[in-house]
Amino acid sequence: MINIEIIKHRKKFYIISAIIFLVGIFSLTFLNLNLGIDFSSGTVLEIDVQGDFTTGQIRELIDDVGLTQEPVIRVLGDGELVQIRTENLTMDMRQELLDAIRVEYPDLIMEKADQVDPVFGKELAQQAIIALILAAVLMVIYISWRFEFKFAISAILALIHDSLFVLAIFAIARIEINSEFIAAILLIVGYSINDTIVIFDRIRENMKKKKRGEALEELVNTSLQQTMRRSINTSATTLLAVGALLFLGGETLRIFSLALFLGILAGTYSSIFFASPIWLDWKLRAEKK
Amino acid sequence: MQSSKSRIALALLLVLIFGAAAYIYYDVSQNNALSLGLDLEGGVYVLLEAETQAGEEVTRDALERARAIIQNRVDELGTREPEITIEGNDRIRVAIPGVQDQEQVLDLVGQTALLEFMAAREIDGEPYLETLITGDALEEANVRFDERNRAYVAITLNDEGGQIMQEFSSNNVGEILYIMLDGNPISTPIIEEPVGKNAAISGNFSDQDAAELALLLRSGALPVPLVARETRAIGPRLGQDSLSKSLVAGMIGAALILVFMIIFYKGFGMAASIALVAYMTIVLFGLKITDSTLTLPGIAGLILGLGMAVDANIIIFERIKEEINNGRALRIAIETGFNRAIVTILDANITTLIAAGVLYWFGTGTIRGFAVTLTMSIVGSMITAVIITRWMLRLMVDNKVFKTTKSIGRA
Repeated sequence: MINIEIIKHRKKFYIISAIIFLVGIFSLTFLNLNLGIDFSSGTVLEIDVQGDFTTGQIRELIDDVGLTQEPVIRVLGDGELVQIRTENLTMDMRQELLDAIRVEYPDLIMEKADQVDPVFGKELAQQAIIALILAAVLMVIYISWRFEFKFAISAILALIHDSLFVLAIFAIARIEINSEFIAAILLIVGYSINDTIVIFDRIRENMKKKKRGEALEELVNTSLQQTMRRSINTSATTLLAVGALLFLGGETLRIFSLALFLGILAGTYSSIFFASPIWLDWKLRAEKK
Repeated sequence: MQSSKSRIALALLLVLIFGAAAYIYYDVSQNNALSLGLDLEGGVYVLLEAETQAGEEVTRDALERARAIIQNRVDELGTREPEITIEGNDRIRVAIPGVQDQEQVLDLVGQTALLEFMAAREIDGEPYLETLITGDALEEANVRFDERNRAYVAITLNDEGGQIMQEFSSNNVGEILYIMLDGNPISTPIIEEPVGKNAAISGNFSDQDAAELALLLRSGALPVPLVARETRAIGPRLGQDSLSKSLVAGMIGAALILVFMIIFYKGFGMAASIALVAYMTIVLFGLKITDSTLTLPGIAGLILGLGMAVDANIIIFERIKEEINNGRALRIAIETGFNRAIVTILDANITTLIAAGVLYWFGTGTIRGFAVTLTMSIVGSMITAVIITRWMLRLMVDNKVFKTTKSIGRA
């Protein structure tokens, strides 16, 4: 048991969560997410040109191909790979582009070619939103059955809280998101709900043996204290695993593991400092009536 | 007597866990028991969609034949287990693992050309080409040699196509027949005599020219025009790089978790570490039995699963600590701690399983693979925590491996 007073100071934590909600909604409305080709359509090529190059040289080579959208050219890895991001290319256009580079770099190897049609990007984003809503509905049903409706809504609010936190950071930092990001968000949802339920489970248990006259505030605070060690240790072990992935997992998994890392932090925070206090205040208000 | 029995039981349990772990490790590393996704092995994935004019319907038959044609082209590459499947009403999904040259394969699949036999016409003095028959009327195209050993291409049309050709060729001797692939002429023979179902294209062909034309006619004969809606090509080097990096990250992550658990929960942490080995074994077995494909997000799911797998152990250990603080003896604390923790673990994990289920339902490709590994992680972690850790703790107490309540670490 860790003796800290959370419930007494819950107004302060509400302010923090309110800021997260506001910044989250604001940044999603006004900043827009930096959508990768998975959502916005386009082509990404990664080419090992087998030689020294600068992005300027590559740009000159492909200048005459006649791309309608100014290509974004980046150096990847240890300067071995060149990444070209541009509009949704047809097979022939892609071939033309490669041939243009081949003039200077005849031994080039195409390491990666991703191309997504605009229709498909939209389909994917829609799929994700439907999946999230469906998951939320099913979880509300399950939690309402096992616990009560107020727990369910508090838990879902905490999920929105965590997703907004991650989305806001990605929007503000202009980090490009891809289809794996959706998997990360869904995983954060899974983790966060898991974390919240463990605490709610303790509140539910303590409610059963609640003594007459014991204040609900006291009961929730005790429950939080009892589960605090577990909350901290579990997020520590999970962060160790995700941290290893973030720092050692390579370029491809970076966005995915960064989203997870942030989401786990938010999920741990929200289940302690947001979900339980919200439930408490709702419950108190209902009892007053 | 009691003690020697439980000693044997403990030894057996450990042998079983490590034996199974060694077996699955051997199986995975030596026999390649798990199939790797395109993102790890390298490969090409293309989603093609039939492009039709407004009002036109794509027939199942046309789609089937297009699929067969692409299958033929891909089979010539000789790669392992290419998958070419029809999806929905108008899509063909092509997945070819283990590709060395991404460019070549993309070209091959991408030649979704439309073959047309056309005739020059004129309307009000304006020349234009009229389509007589399309590639779907072409049944065969082969190289043959005439009596002077000159190569020519023999083509066979279906009945309908043959009739149209007969009509056209009888009325237009001396005219040019335009054979167009995707709007580009690949051959422009002059009609020398009326032909029907069977026709010959001859000229100054080298053997190779003739073979090439025959192949183009055969493989270009897609019954519907297809466009690539989504393309993913990963080189084998990039895939291998991702695989080894994520494996290293996984091992280091696992090691860090083990160290953390042992520092925090001492002897119990040791038991949890052994349970973690059992967890990995169960998940790998699960992936093997269900013949799942391991993708990069899948591996990430497994690594995250490691962190979540110890969660069940942490919940149990914290409960046991509480029981000990309430003055219970170690053996009783373990039993009551477990019974209390199981409800928590079930409720928490079932809600997560709901999310994983939705992910599986809605996801495609890599996201779906990821949902499978996530589900296995959750189920595996519940099994290990609730059954294996429990046995191990009981047996360790019975064998006096844990003598005092101190073996769970600071209360």
